[in-house]
Amino acid sequence: MDKMTNKEYQKYAEKKIPKPTYFKNILYAFIVGGLICVLGQILRNILFKYGLDEKTVTSATSILLVFLGSFLTGLGFYDKLGKIGGAGAAIPITGFANSIVSPAMEFKREGFIFGVAARMFSIAGPVLVYGVSSSIIVGILYLLLSKGR
Amino acid sequence: MEYLKVFLVGGFICVIGQVLLDTTKLTPAHILVIFLVAGVVLGAIGLYEPLVKFGEAGATVPISGFGYALSKGAIDGAKSKGVIGAFMGGLEATAGGIAAAIIFGYIMAIVSNPKTKS
Repeated sequence: MDKMTNKEYQKYAEKKIPKPTYFKNILYAFIVGGLICVLGQILRNILFKYGLDEKTVTSATSILLVFLGSFLTGLGFYDKLGKIGGAGAAIPITGFANSIVSPAMEFKREGFIFGVAARMFSIAGPVLVYGVSSSIIVGILYLLLSKGR
Repeated sequence: MEYLKVFLVGGFICVIGQVLLDTTKLTPAHILVIFLVAGVVLGAIGLYEPLVKFGEAGATVPISGFGYALSKGAIDGAKSKGVIGAFMGGLEATAGGIAAAIIFGYIMAIVSNPKTKS
């Protein structure tokens, strides 16, 4: 091989590094995430047809999507979707369900208390801790600020 | 048109998460917590509501929508029941989803086994 200068070598090495798949990842995240939300909207529209009010429809949509996410995780399908869609599969509420079922399934051999039940919350736990705590702070701040007026 | 808006808003929120995943060392668990808290904060200062009006399920299905529901519930609770309402409102508004995640998550984890990675 010819002698290369340092700069030439750097250029050569850069060519050999696998190109980052940023664009592909972003595109798939967009499509997968968008489609899951469209599914949620379809469910909402169907539920509204039954004459349910806004609050009930929102809850029922969450319940159905969570069921779907858990079910597909159990079948092993959601993890495949996660490999393609990345954040597009993780961020919708179906991904929240996936984050509960996946570790619980994995650690079943550690028993029903410390295995399944405890591991269910290895990701959902932090989510609930920060979510619920921050919402209480928001509620109390609202009271303080509205009283100050 | 409605579904297009849902698709665009939902897709765009997920793209933000994907960019964070690819360009930082954050794990999906970090992303979930960050998006949830972002939803709580944006909901509290009234910036998430317009997104929900425009994108509907595109804004409510991502975990940030869960955060928005928590903070909206806490504020509504504070309005009607004061301090106690601030404690109750968030979980009241999201009870369905959380309860479903617990029972369905438990059942599915019991009846199914992890697929061997090929």
